Amino acid sequence: MPSLRTIRRLYAVFFFGLFLFLLWRADFSHLQGYEVDLLLELDPLTALAGGLSSGTLYRGLALSLLVIIPTLFFGRFFCAWVCPLGILNQFFSHLFQRLRPAEAYRRNRYHPLFRVKYYLLFGLLVLAAFGVLQTGLLDPIALLTRSFVVGVWPALQQSGVDLYLLQPHFLGGAWISLLLLAILLANRFMTRFWCRVACPLGALLGLLSWRSLFRIRRDVDKCNDCSHCLEFCQGGSDPNGALRVSECHLCMNCIEQCPSAALHYGLPQPRSSLGNAVDLSRRRLVESGVAAALFAPMLRSSYSAASTPHPTMIRPPGALTETDFLARCIKCAACMRVCPTNVLQPALLEGGVEALWTPILVNRLGYCEYHCVLCGQVCPTGAIRPLTVQEKVGTPGQTGTGSAAPIQLGTAFFDQGRCLPWAMATPCIVCEEVCPTSPKAIWFKTVEVTNRQGQSVAVKQPYLDPVLCIGCGICENKCPVTDLAAVRVTSVGESRSRHNKMILPG
Amino acid sequence: MSEINAKRKTRPSGSRNQQVEPTWSRRRFLIETGKTAGVAVGIAGLGYWAYSPEPVRHAQETVLTLKDFRVESNPLYPVLTVVRGNQVAAMVQEAVTALGGMQRFVQRGDVVLLKPNVGWDRQPEQAANTHPDLVAAVANMCREAGAKQVWVTDCSINDPRRSFARSGIERAVQQSGATLQLPGGDDFRLTDMHGSLLKVWPVVRFFHQVDKVINLPIVKQHSLSGCTLAMKNWYGILGGQRNRLHQQIHTSIVDLAAAVRPTLTIMDAVRVLKHNGPSGGSLDDVAQENTILAGLDEVALDSWALHLLDLTLQQVPYLAMAEQRGLGQTDWRSLNWLERQLGTG
Repeated sequence: MPSLRTIRRLYAVFFFGLFLFLLWRADFSHLQGYEVDLLLELDPLTALAGGLSSGTLYRGLALSLLVIIPTLFFGRFFCAWVCPLGILNQFFSHLFQRLRPAEAYRRNRYHPLFRVKYYLLFGLLVLAAFGVLQTGLLDPIALLTRSFVVGVWPALQQSGVDLYLLQPHFLGGAWISLLLLAILLANRFMTRFWCRVACPLGALLGLLSWRSLFRIRRDVDKCNDCSHCLEFCQGGSDPNGALRVSECHLCMNCIEQCPSAALHYGLPQPRSSLGNAVDLSRRRLVESGVAAALFAPMLRSSYSAASTPHPTMIRPPGALTETDFLARCIKCAACMRVCPTNVLQPALLEGGVEALWTPILVNRLGYCEYHCVLCGQVCPTGAIRPLTVQEKVGTPGQTGTGSAAPIQLGTAFFDQGRCLPWAMATPCIVCEEVCPTSPKAIWFKTVEVTNRQGQSVAVKQPYLDPVLCIGCGICENKCPVTDLAAVRVTSVGESRSRHNKMILPG
Repeated sequence: MSEINAKRKTRPSGSRNQQVEPTWSRRRFLIETGKTAGVAVGIAGLGYWAYSPEPVRHAQETVLTLKDFRVESNPLYPVLTVVRGNQVAAMVQEAVTALGGMQRFVQRGDVVLLKPNVGWDRQPEQAANTHPDLVAAVANMCREAGAKQVWVTDCSINDPRRSFARSGIERAVQQSGATLQLPGGDDFRLTDMHGSLLKVWPVVRFFHQVDKVINLPIVKQHSLSGCTLAMKNWYGILGGQRNRLHQQIHTSIVDLAAAVRPTLTIMDAVRVLKHNGPSGGSLDDVAQENTILAGLDEVALDSWALHLLDLTLQQVPYLAMAEQRGLGQTDWRSLNWLERQLGTG
C-alpha cells in the first residue's frame, strides 16, 4: 500500500499532466470533441461568482458541483490534489525551500496574513453580485490557463518546440507572464505563498470545508508536541494544535511525518483534538464588503465599452452584449488558445478597467476566419456562446423564408488617404480579393486617374457595403499598408449590440 | 547614558573584528598584479574583437535560385491535352498518358512537389481550391511512376490547417500516401526570382528540396488580373508581403512564371469559379465544366481556359507579356494539342 503522500503526488502529476494535455489539445487540428476546458468548468469560484453576476449556472460549470459537494464532506482536497497552480506552487516550494526543521516549523505556523484571501474573496463576490466579475484576475485555474496560453506556450514556440505554424504574439503578454513568475517566485519566501495568502478559490474552498466531516485529526494522548508535523505542512494549518480546518489542503504530509502515528485523516476517534474555526474578523469582512459595494458603482461610472461603444473593442463571434459579456468572461484566454489566426488578444485598458485581459480582435495580428467557431466552443462560461458555422455565416435569402443574417463583428471603413488606388494612383484591391462573403462586401469602381507624371492609370477604387460586411477583418489584416491599414474594422454594426449601429435596416 | 559610556570604557581599543590580511611579499604582489592584468587584457581583447564601425552585425544571408524543373521537349507528344468526362482520376490519367505518361516526367527515386491552389477555407463544391481528386490522382500516378516521395504544399491565404482540411486536400494527401508540407514561420528561403519586378523574395523551402514540381491550378475569376490560372498559381510559393504584387499584377505573374518552370501542369476545370473570385463562397458562383487539362506550356493552358471565364486575350495582358518573354504561346490552336471525351460527359 503506497503512502497517502505518494498517492497525492500521483494525483498531482495526473492533474497537472491533464492540464497540459487539454491545453495542447485545444487547437483546430487536435480539438476533436475533447472537453478542453474541463478544469475551468470544475472551478467552484467561476460557478459561484459567475452565478452571482449573471444569475445562471452555465452548462459545464455544473461540473463544479463535483468539487463543491465532496469538499463539504472531505475538505479542501482540490488545492493539493487537483489545482494545477497549487501543484505548481507546491513543486516550486519544494524546490526553493530547503530549511532546517526548526526554521520550517516556525515558517509553517498559521499566520494572520492568511486571512487576506477571505477578504479578497468576499470583495470579489460582492462585486460579482453587482454584476462586476473580476474573479478571473486571481482565480488560479483562469490565471494559469491565461498564463500558459499567453506566456508559456508562445515561449515554448520561441525556444523551438513546434506548437504552432506561426509564432503567436499577444498584447501586453509579458505582464501576464510576469504575474505568473512572481507567483512562482513568491514560494521562495513562504511555502505556497499564493495559495495561503491570496487565492480566492482557496478561500472559497476553505469556507466550504469549514465543517467537513473528514479532516486531519490528532490523538492528544499519542502526540508529544514534537512539531514534526509542521515540517512540510503546505497550508500552514497547525496540525500540531487545534487544526485550522479551512487552511488544510489535505496534502497528508503531517501524517507521514508524525513519528508517533498520532495523526489520521477521517472521522473523530475517542481522543481526537478539536478543530479551529476559520479565523475571520467580522469587522474586516464588513470593511471589504462595503468597499466592494462602493467600488462597483464607481467602476461602472468610469468610461467603458459597456457605457459607450468603443471602436477597437471588437468581440469574438457569439460574444454576448458587452454588459452580459463582462458578467461572464473570466479572462481565461481559452478562446485565444484555440483561435487559429491569433486575432484574439487580451484587451488592455482601452475598453475600461473591467475589460482588462478579456478577448478582443486585433486585426493587424489576425482576422476572424470565416468558417471558424472554435472560440465559442471552448468558452467555459458562455461569455462567447457556442455558434454553429451556419449561424455564424448566416443563411442567405429573403427575410422570413428561413434566412438568417450572419454574425457581424463590426464594420470595415476605408481610409482614402492611405488607400493605394484612392490616394496613390496604384492598383491594389487585395481587400476585395480576400473578402469572404458572397457577394463580396467590398466592391469597386474602375476609374481612370492621372498620376504625377500625367499618365492615365486605370485603378479599382474600393467601397464597402455595410449591409454585407461581417467585420471579420481579413481586409485590414491583408492590406499591404502594413502599419496602419488603409481599411480598418471598428465595432459599429456588431450584431451583439442594439445600440452600436449606424445603418437603418431597409 | 552613563551606563553605555562605562561599557565603552571597559572595551579594548580597535575593531571587534580582528582578522587581518597577511603582508604581501613582492612575489605575491607580482602574481596578483599579473592575474588582474590578465583579466584586463582579456576584457580589452574582447572589446577589440567586438569593435565594429557598424551598429549591427550582419550575417551574410544566402540567396538561392530555383532550378528548372522541366523535362526535355519531345515532338512525338502533344504539349496540351484537354479531357472531358465525369471521373476526375480517369480524366487525369488520360490527359497525362496522352502527353507520354507520368514516367516521362517522374523518374524512379524522384521527390515530387505538387502545388495545388489551396488558398481558402472552402469546400470542394465552392471551387475556390483545386479538386482533391485531382491531387490524389496525381499523387498516385507519381508514386506509380517510382517517385520516392510526393509532397504537397501551398501558402494559403486563410488559416493553412483549415484550408487544407476543408478543401478535402489533406484527406486526399493522406489517402494517397503523399506528405502534406504546411509551411510554417521559418520554412522560407530568400530566392532570387531574376524578374523584371520581382528580385529577391522568400520562397517556401520545399521548392529548393525537390526534383520535380507539378502545378495543379484551378480555373477561377479574379477581379484584378481577370483570372487566376496556372501562372498565377505561383503566388502561393511566396512568403513575405506578397499582397504588394497586386500593384503590378501582370508583371508579377509573368516574373513568377519565368522563375518557376514546372515539370508539368494539370489544370482543374471540373468546377469553375465564374464570379466572386478568387474566394467564392456561394454555389451560384460555380459552373460545372467537367474538364481536366494537362500540358507543358502554361501560357497555352491559361489561354485555352480564358473562354471558361468569358474572357479574351486582350482583357488579360499578362498572357501576351508572357509570350513576349518567351514563356509559351497564347495561340494554343497552332500547337500540337488534342481533345478527348471520356464517357458521355
